[in-house]
Amino acid sequence: MTNLLLDISTGTVDWARAQFALTAIYHWLFVPLTLGLALIMGIVETCYYRTGKAFWKEAARFWQRLFGVNFAMGVATGIILEFEFGTNWSNYSWMVGDIFGAPLAIEGIVAFFMESTFVAVMFFGWNKVSRGFHLASTWLTGLGATISAWWILVANAWMQYPIGQEFNPDTMRFEMTSFANVALSPFAVDKFCHTVTTSWIIGAAFTVAVSAWYLLKQRNTQLARQSIKIGAIVGLVATLLGALTGDNSAYMVAQTQPMKLAAMEGLYNGGTHQGLSVVALPGPFSQPDYENDVEPPYRIAVPNMLSILATHHADGYVPGVNDLLSGFTRPDGSKEPSAREKMTRGRRAIANLAQYRQLMTAAKTGKGDTAAAKAQAQKILPQLKADMPYFGYGYIKDVHHLVPNIPISFFAFRTMVGIGCLFILFFLVVLHYIYRLDISKPRWLLIAAIVMLPLAYIGSEAGWVVAEVGRQPWTIQDMLPVGAAVSGVSSGSIATTFFVFLFLFTTMLAVEISILCKQIKNYNFE
Amino acid sequence: MSYTFLQHYWWFLISLLGALLVFLLFVQGANTLIFELGKTPEERRLVINSTGRKWEFTFTTLVTFGGAFFAAFPLFYSTSFGGAYWLWMIILFSFVIQAVSYEFQNKLGNFLGARTFQVCLIINGIVGPLLLGGAVATFFDGSNFIVDKAHVTALSQPVISHWANASCGLDALLDPWNVVLGVAVLFLARILGLLYMRNNIDETTLRERCRRKLLPNTVLFLVFFLAFFVRLLVKDGYAYDSSTGVVSMAAGKYLANLLTMWPLAVVLLFGVAALLYGILRTWLKADYARGIWPAGIGTVLVVLVLFLIAGWNATAYYPSNADLQSSLTIANSSSSLFTLKTMFYVSLLIPLVLAYIAYCWHAMDHKKLTVEEVKDEESEAY
Repeated sequence: MTNLLLDISTGTVDWARAQFALTAIYHWLFVPLTLGLALIMGIVETCYYRTGKAFWKEAARFWQRLFGVNFAMGVATGIILEFEFGTNWSNYSWMVGDIFGAPLAIEGIVAFFMESTFVAVMFFGWNKVSRGFHLASTWLTGLGATISAWWILVANAWMQYPIGQEFNPDTMRFEMTSFANVALSPFAVDKFCHTVTTSWIIGAAFTVAVSAWYLLKQRNTQLARQSIKIGAIVGLVATLLGALTGDNSAYMVAQTQPMKLAAMEGLYNGGTHQGLSVVALPGPFSQPDYENDVEPPYRIAVPNMLSILATHHADGYVPGVNDLLSGFTRPDGSKEPSAREKMTRGRRAIANLAQYRQLMTAAKTGKGDTAAAKAQAQKILPQLKADMPYFGYGYIKDVHHLVPNIPISFFAFRTMVGIGCLFILFFLVVLHYIYRLDISKPRWLLIAAIVMLPLAYIGSEAGWVVAEVGRQPWTIQDMLPVGAAVSGVSSGSIATTFFVFLFLFTTMLAVEISILCKQIKNYNFE
Repeated sequence: MSYTFLQHYWWFLISLLGALLVFLLFVQGANTLIFELGKTPEERRLVINSTGRKWEFTFTTLVTFGGAFFAAFPLFYSTSFGGAYWLWMIILFSFVIQAVSYEFQNKLGNFLGARTFQVCLIINGIVGPLLLGGAVATFFDGSNFIVDKAHVTALSQPVISHWANASCGLDALLDPWNVVLGVAVLFLARILGLLYMRNNIDETTLRERCRRKLLPNTVLFLVFFLAFFVRLLVKDGYAYDSSTGVVSMAAGKYLANLLTMWPLAVVLLFGVAALLYGILRTWLKADYARGIWPAGIGTVLVVLVLFLIAGWNATAYYPSNADLQSSLTIANSSSSLFTLKTMFYVSLLIPLVLAYIAYCWHAMDHKKLTVEEVKDEESEAY
């Protein structure tokens, strides 16, 4: 068993990973509320547009004020993420920039300008533009944020399922061959649907929590009653859609990133009819002894459930960690090579690439027999092309580096799914009280609504932890491990900026929470 | 569409985004003047609310500038951001603290106080233009990096680009000419900030104060900018052979670029004239408030031409002094033909984006900002 805490290095790679994790986690505290609240305030303002009642206008403005405080933080934390690809992952930027840069640029051109233009109209335009123009601006602000999510998730999905590309040995990088495959990959479509619908849960949970607080305090009750109704309906729809898209996500992961699925489940030796662990307790700080198939203690599993999740068949075959490392034969007879074979072929690809480059450089500079050098280089290409699917494995030093952190993946997956299921129940109960009983009466439910808000954030962040920790050590699945993607910057520089970000973002978050609480506390509905 | 055409087209778009970014730095320039112009808390709120309705455009343009560079010239993204680490990080830090400063400063619950965030705006106002100007100057003066793509095959350390010293890009500030352009951009941003506020704020005292501040800032801008520009015309430049890609020093390269691509020289002269016209007319005529328009257009044209002569006409736009052959050109650092072509079609959306921005700005700015509006709780002022 490897102690995972002792295994963290102080080198550039781990600091760069830590910094990206820190900034992404902070950024994700603000983005889902932006996406979710955009939907809520769009609905509320549409009510105003249709009815013309001052109540709805005031309600829309209330939610927009809270949206504004959160939006600023999303912007502040977002800029770093884009530039971190260059500052901390410069090799990555070159190796896959031809493909990865495009969605980022499109995000800027199509989405960010839409957001930044219409958000200003939404905040400051109440007395300057018509009601229709204002309503359109509110929806376009949300649409801009959602389109932005689309393109960044296309980029992220491509890292996990890199299609529509091929390696160009002359330019020494991966290049795009099909924009449609990149932009509309099934992984991207599913990732977008799952991420956006689950972000609506946070918007809904926030709306319900704030409304519940007002009902507990018996203040702003009309605003609270109307808002909690909208929040709970949005929340229930979002949780159900989240469950549906989540199921599809697990299926996609099983097809494209089987090691991630094996880590999420703590499945060491796979097979058919695999069960899904509902409860188990692997040691949180050490990588389990998967080689000896030591099962986590206290394991209670639902029979066949993992097979259904991964293959949509009760008797479906799911490979475990050891199968993926040592190679296995699928039920259809096709063979998956062992990790060692992949590493050998990866190293051969890298060696052939080096030789190809030497020959082409010699041919280009005119030293020796140019034609012979070119001909020899061309001979290398078929083998290089055949080994290219395993290129990234050439940089891997030890097969065990191919196994992601199992305890984190395992617990994060269960946290995400557990909280998601809890929210389905929660929104059903809230709606039952709204429509059948009296939502202002049960103190326990109103207190629970407030307590549930941080849980929504934990569930959402846990989802990203599953996605990102589970795909280690890859920045691009099978193509580029983290060690080959990093910049040539000293670990000291990255460690310094890590702590600067930590201080800056934590301070800003504290101010934001303080402002939000004051705004909610001091607000008196007119 | 040939590969060469698309490389030139994308350098044009990068240049246009860079030019628009420099123009939009009027937000930063105005923020450096918060305490100089705003003698009372009310006046300071006017300044902040005036730039507070435009800051997101500067921010978005910066992000899009980065994204477009990534998509079109990924080797620059990789080399400059990964190499000149600290230079870019300091720029980014200053923009991070700016992004929350408007929203947070006058809100109840801000336990750090309004002044903290006003100082953050000033830090961004100075650091942003100064370092962005310095970074752009390295396009003409060179940086210290080494690129070797063969490192991809080095299993232990496959990093292709390295900074050639331990400064991580801060060595750019040791070259006085980079600092000179940085200072010029800072004063240009202040000039544009003054012209913008004069146009955007309906408050006589503040408007008049903006007019009076123009002259000293213009004098300082001209001193620094002309020094950089004259030196640029006489200095050696970084040329490359289009057929072999070999980079070499060429005497008077940037002057030669202007003469060879003479329409750019005409645009440059027109831009300078428009900038000076906007400034001078505002200074001379007490009732003229639209100086931001000619000055803004002039700024965009001048910066556009400076970017274009850095990258077009077989010029290495990101030269390396440590290893001349590592210098980046639009030919050796661009994305593939397929990607550039795909992105060409995406770029056709830009006029649509500019159109709705113009429409919304007009809708929002036809009524100028007043003290009453800032005081009115209904206005959601910062």
